[in-house]
Amino acid sequence: MPESNMDLVASVILILVKIGVFFALFMLILAYVTLLERRLLGFFQERYGPNRVGWQGLLQPVADGIKMFMKEDVTVSEANKAVYILAPIVFVAAALMTFSVIPFGDVIWPATMEIGGRVYNFTLANANRGVIADVNVAILIVFAISSIGIYGLIMAGWGSNNKYALLGGVRAAAVMISYELAAGLALVGIIMTTGSMSLMDIVKFQGGCWFGVIPKWFCFTQPLAFVIFLIAVFAETGRTPFDFTECENELVAGYQMEYSSMKFALFYLAEYGHMIAASALTVTFFLGGWQGPFVDVPGLNYFLPVIYFCVKTFMLVFFFIWVRATYPRFRYDLLMKLGWKVLLPATLVNILISPFTMKLFGYL
Amino acid sequence: MAEPEIRLHQEKRKRGETETMEINMGPQHPSTHGVFRAVVELDGETVVKVVPHLGYLHRGIEKIAENRTYHQVIPLTDRLDYMAGASNNLGYCLTVEKLLGIEVPPRGQYIRVILTELSRISSHLFWAGANAHDLGAMTPFFFMVREREQILFFLEMITGSRLTPSFFRVGGMSMDLPPEFRDECMKFIKNFPPRVDEYETLLTENKIWKSRTQGVGYLSAEDCIKLGISGPMARAAGIDWDLRKNQPYSSYDKFDFKTVVYHGCDAYDRYRVRMMEMRQSNEIIRQALESLPEGDHSVTMKGTLKPPAGEVYMAIEAPRGELGFYIVSDGTAQPFRMKVRAPTFVNLQSLPKMCEGKLFSDMVAALSSVDLVLAEVDR
Amino acid sequence: MTDVTKLKNAFPDAVLNVEEYRGDVTVTLKRDGLLQACTFLRDDPDYSFRFLADVTAVDYKDKTPRFVMVYHLLSHKHNRRLRLKVPLEGENPEIETMTGVWPTADWHERETYDLLGVKFLNHPDLRRILLPYHWDCFPLRKDYPLEGKDEL
Repeated sequence: MPESNMDLVASVILILVKIGVFFALFMLILAYVTLLERRLLGFFQERYGPNRVGWQGLLQPVADGIKMFMKEDVTVSEANKAVYILAPIVFVAAALMTFSVIPFGDVIWPATMEIGGRVYNFTLANANRGVIADVNVAILIVFAISSIGIYGLIMAGWGSNNKYALLGGVRAAAVMISYELAAGLALVGIIMTTGSMSLMDIVKFQGGCWFGVIPKWFCFTQPLAFVIFLIAVFAETGRTPFDFTECENELVAGYQMEYSSMKFALFYLAEYGHMIAASALTVTFFLGGWQGPFVDVPGLNYFLPVIYFCVKTFMLVFFFIWVRATYPRFRYDLLMKLGWKVLLPATLVNILISPFTMKLFGYL
Repeated sequence: MAEPEIRLHQEKRKRGETETMEINMGPQHPSTHGVFRAVVELDGETVVKVVPHLGYLHRGIEKIAENRTYHQVIPLTDRLDYMAGASNNLGYCLTVEKLLGIEVPPRGQYIRVILTELSRISSHLFWAGANAHDLGAMTPFFFMVREREQILFFLEMITGSRLTPSFFRVGGMSMDLPPEFRDECMKFIKNFPPRVDEYETLLTENKIWKSRTQGVGYLSAEDCIKLGISGPMARAAGIDWDLRKNQPYSSYDKFDFKTVVYHGCDAYDRYRVRMMEMRQSNEIIRQALESLPEGDHSVTMKGTLKPPAGEVYMAIEAPRGELGFYIVSDGTAQPFRMKVRAPTFVNLQSLPKMCEGKLFSDMVAALSSVDLVLAEVDR
Repeated sequence: MTDVTKLKNAFPDAVLNVEEYRGDVTVTLKRDGLLQACTFLRDDPDYSFRFLADVTAVDYKDKTPRFVMVYHLLSHKHNRRLRLKVPLEGENPEIETMTGVWPTADWHERETYDLLGVKFLNHPDLRRILLPYHWDCFPLRKDYPLEGKDEL
């Protein structure tokens, strides 16, 4: 192998390791977010939540996993088999793929490292940065993938050959169309300010503070966009108050009605995956991503940004759960009305005023 | 969907361009509160037609009652509306007492009022929680069940049973109140109004809650009377009618309370009526405990109960509306015919009227605002 | 106490009997002309029994007439109740439906049909309501067996 390609190999190996570690950790976190949600809901609702399996219920996700594997995997006889089986896979894949472009840290590996007497360069394809793929059209990728995720729901709704599931799938499609647009347009102000669609650039742009105390996060310079985006991701992830797609009390379980065993578990996990992804995206766009105090201090800069990112993301996950414990469910047509008649015009207004705020904050 | 859109859809359907979808809601469905089944015809998400099917819980209580002695019927009655067993006991016992022409001693009447109002609060609490849960709000349910648990604890303390007391007897009560009850209950009713405030902070002024319930399940006062609707549903439509006030029984005329009336005719006002009624019931219990007369809790009855031949109808204000018992006696120890006028059976009849032309989500809200207890509907 | 003289004067042929027991006033009406009498009771301002509380029937097995329809009326305006009784001839009695006068009678009458087998003429949707649709007898009749091998 030519000497010059060795750096590439090293970088690719590092990227693969990153993906592997990330995937493993993410699945673990996912399982424990389910526990977190149940315990937190218990806390909000003055009850215990699952606290019997292991200390404070810490083994509950394991028990749930085992239970899910043991359940009979029912396939509805009248279902469209291919679509029926593909749906959870698509949904889970979309939840995981979003993370490929989200920066979770700054530099997580030294740029060069001497291994076995040779100095390897790990900067190819940003392999040493805290992002799996630093793409310059990351925002577009994020939206493309989240649309694919909705396909999972529609396929599940259609493929199950169940009327309740179909209604859930149709609702998912309608909500997606209304909210993808609002979410996308809400980010235009950010793209205008940073001049880049790369999430890494956007996070880097949010470094530093005004007057030494107020961080230069986009939630302060683009507050309207922040609110719109937050509402839109609530709608897109199908969380209360916008959980029409499963909507226990009307559609029984919506799109996932006919699923059992691990197929159901996949939907269940992917829903939390989408929630974490949505939180991570909101953090990246509006809450400074991995930015925080002392991120530039040598030695700390390898892990401090990752910690900041995780903490911020979990704060938002907590917020998601908190909202679930607080609000009733909105109505499907009212949500559409809100999306088209309020949020969409508001994003356009936001785009109009963005140049002025940019001038005001000295970005222009 | 707005009115013009609905009309457009209807025209399209007539031309055969769209098809409706029939879905089977129940008997096992999370928001039918039991085994109620409705076949719903949907045009998109708009409800075109609702056909309710009942009877999944029919136990033939009226037939069983014809073959039991008058006292043996009492345990059957609190299996009607199991959310407020004491109300059914009261309704039945009052009817038999009317047939016999006897009056319960004042202490017995007051104890009856206390038990009935406690179960009314417990029933309304559970309804409000379940209603909130039907509309997607989880937390109020757990908050409300917390207080309901205390009430069930009181019921257990007095009667030995949490849901189905069967504590009333023809002519009074089975036993007197336990001595420790008064203080414990006083503590509860002192703490209860702030708790209701707490529930209301979660729902009453919540924008989403309002948008989900205001104007939903609309039923005007005129329609209410036509459809025979009684109780909180009628009072939410502005009908100032509460049997406790208008045809007082069991010394309700001695207590100072208000008939809660709202004029919204919708699910939101049904919710508000019930919330206010809980406060009023709390007041009644406080007054009853404070002025609890001394004396006997029951008249002494000897031998087998054999009312004279005749027939009476007696109605009380149960948590869900007018609960009536019609008993025909032929002079033997068993009722010749007992008919239960179950309030939810009648109120449920309004479901198609409330839902048709509205969204499926609204149907759930409307159905929930009826306050279904299927055991009572099906008897 | 409900004063029924006005009703008697308006329908001298239809009113068979008026009695009072424990404060409940019962008016026994003839089957023919019942609809007119009920409409009168609903609309007349001195009665305005606009609320039909309950509809049922009683099976007096060995007597004739065997079945008696019972209506419980309530007037919110005057705070009064009234019971109407209508004796029905025959083993398979028929009576005009009340749904035109009080729409609430719909389910009540279906229940009465279901459990006692009284047939309501011109009822919009006379199906069984509590029992399964294929049931073929009427359990609240006195001759319905209390034990048996019938299973659902």
